[in-house]
Amino acid sequence: MTSAPAPDAPRLPGARWSAPEIAFWLLAVAAFFAFPAYRVLGSQILITGLFAVTLDLILGYAGIVSLGHAAFFGAGAYAAGLLTVHGWGEPVSGLVAAGAAGAIVGYATSFLVVRGADLARLMVTLGIGLLLYEAANKAAFVTGGVDGLSGVSMWKLFGVFPFDLAGNTAYLYSLAVLFVLFALARRIVNSPFGLSLRGIRENGRRMPAIGSPVARRLIAIYTISAAMAGVAGGLLAQTTQFVGLDVLSFPRSADLMIVLVLGGTGRLYGGLVGAAVFMIAHHLLSDLNPVYWQFWLGLLLVVVVMFARGGILGGVDALRRRSRGASR
Amino acid sequence: MNRPITTARRSILRRFAAGVLLGLLPLTALAADPLRIGLILPLTGPFASTGKQIEAAVRLYSAKNGDTVAGRKVQLIVKDDTGVAPETTKRIAQELVVQDKVNVLAGFGLTPLALAAAPVATEAKIPMVVMAAATSIIPSKSPMIVRSGFTLPQITGPIADWAAKNRIKRVVTMVTDYGPGIDAEKTFIARFKAGGGEVVESIRTPLRNPDYAPFLQRAKDAKPDALFVFVPSGEGLAVMKQFDDRGLKQAGIRLIGTGDVTDDDLLENMGAAAVGVITSFHYSAAHDSPENKAYVDAFTRANNGMRPNFHSVGGYDGMNLIYEAVKKTGGTANGEALVEAMKGLKWVSPRGPMAIDPASRDVVQTVYLREVKIVNGKPWNVEFDKVENVRDPGN
Repeated sequence: MTSAPAPDAPRLPGARWSAPEIAFWLLAVAAFFAFPAYRVLGSQILITGLFAVTLDLILGYAGIVSLGHAAFFGAGAYAAGLLTVHGWGEPVSGLVAAGAAGAIVGYATSFLVVRGADLARLMVTLGIGLLLYEAANKAAFVTGGVDGLSGVSMWKLFGVFPFDLAGNTAYLYSLAVLFVLFALARRIVNSPFGLSLRGIRENGRRMPAIGSPVARRLIAIYTISAAMAGVAGGLLAQTTQFVGLDVLSFPRSADLMIVLVLGGTGRLYGGLVGAAVFMIAHHLLSDLNPVYWQFWLGLLLVVVVMFARGGILGGVDALRRRSRGASR
Repeated sequence: MNRPITTARRSILRRFAAGVLLGLLPLTALAADPLRIGLILPLTGPFASTGKQIEAAVRLYSAKNGDTVAGRKVQLIVKDDTGVAPETTKRIAQELVVQDKVNVLAGFGLTPLALAAAPVATEAKIPMVVMAAATSIIPSKSPMIVRSGFTLPQITGPIADWAAKNRIKRVVTMVTDYGPGIDAEKTFIARFKAGGGEVVESIRTPLRNPDYAPFLQRAKDAKPDALFVFVPSGEGLAVMKQFDDRGLKQAGIRLIGTGDVTDDDLLENMGAAAVGVITSFHYSAAHDSPENKAYVDAFTRANNGMRPNFHSVGGYDGMNLIYEAVKKTGGTANGEALVEAMKGLKWVSPRGPMAIDPASRDVVQTVYLREVKIVNGKPWNVEFDKVENVRDPGN
């Protein structure tokens, strides 16, 4: 009768994938076959999930609150989109470019972000997001401005699989990219580097005393997170073959925060679960009533936050602990 | 033992023959199948009023003209795309095509949303009727796009010409800083200069959270004869209030603009401040024709007194376009045939006579010059002149 480990108890970086984790990924594959009509929605859930994981890296692990994460998402989306508009439509290299764009913007802005405390960071990230949005709006000759960047035409994936209307390629491609980046994120947070981030989150002033360079660590994770967010943006641009100005918008950052809090921060899977629940609820409710559905979505969010501390996954953990306590 | 086999064989043969006969009668087979129209609109979020107007007009059209056309039942599938996320619009379009097997896509509140969905229409070979989005370039993005609304350059030209001819020499332009606003600014300046006028200053206001007071003060300081304004649907009220508060009218500056500024939906709330504003537009709820009287009457009755605005006629005429094309083709579901049938269609809409240009698939219509006047105690856009058969100058 060992007690369950705390939700974010560190694991070894090479720790084996536990049974629930394997089940989770099999479920994502099974969803492809179980819901053939919803593969486009599925691919967008996967992309939002990936985006939420990148926010979790800085928010859930390093404790950096951000309301401007869309800046990196948008940078990646425009990088991938512009590449194809100017004649290079190969998807995988496009994603690399998107990641690089995210990383550059992330690294450049990280110096501003690591300085302040929570409120200052909220303001700085919000400001950076708005700056990039306006810049993309003004640079209409490059980005298409408010009209968006159309004419994004992708080549076939690996020269074989076209991006089809039913979303088959989009789903499997997004899932593969998500899995690779997720495995990377999982490894990072369980490494000594990841542990030092948790230390910084818990007490940033003490960390230098044990020899941990706080600012450098934060810059590193911020840049990694931004690069991965860039890839998520690139994925969206490639699978929808369009880049709208909204990829940089504040609502996208805010929605992302909702998704992550809904699923649960500091556990990586929280972002994925949150994205799935948020977007499926969004889809079902807006089908039920296209005009007043946002009321029900709001209610759902309030209920989850009130009754399940630590989001959905936090709630699940609490239930598990309670049932174990009862069986003892 | 022989007999059952022969009967079985016979029945197989019979079924086969029946199958062939059915195959020879595709029209009967199609007649049983409903015509599905996927309507994608912003029904929530900042552009909800656009979606609300269009949905009301579309429902009014089917209530009036029946839900059967050329022997096919018409089934409407309405979806909300929130108006701000192009990937949502595109995803909904994909789902409508793949899952719901729609025959026509319609709606599209804003330019980026229409552009994002355009590749879906091209790939699925399904007609896409753009009812609201108004940037010039839209129909060029897919051979399946047909527009039933309007384009900004189309409706901006006439007010520039009118101003140049009516002793207005110096104008300040004020537009919202995004695609359609820049379209309007360019068109106005080009046409007004060609008519001999002078644009002394061009002001662009931000799209988000605009405060018009400082911009209007700048315009006032430039002492023009008139101020030309374009703002997106819904913003007219704020401009009008500030124009009044800042005393531009008293300073002898006239307000001219595109009809979005005196949007019929909001005009009643503007009250006396709007009186005397001259605009050019393709639709006024006060348009004097029996078609429009019946339309406004039915629309206000069905919607708790809401006045129909220009977006509503885009939806109404979009439905007419679909119905007429289906009639013309005898109830086919072939998308290319439908688009072919839409090209060159002409009819009298509540807004007046209109047509679809066969080459550009864009709308050709009469643009009216209107002045806001109080009629029966309420402000209306009263038409006093018109320019017939206006095309999008971009085409």
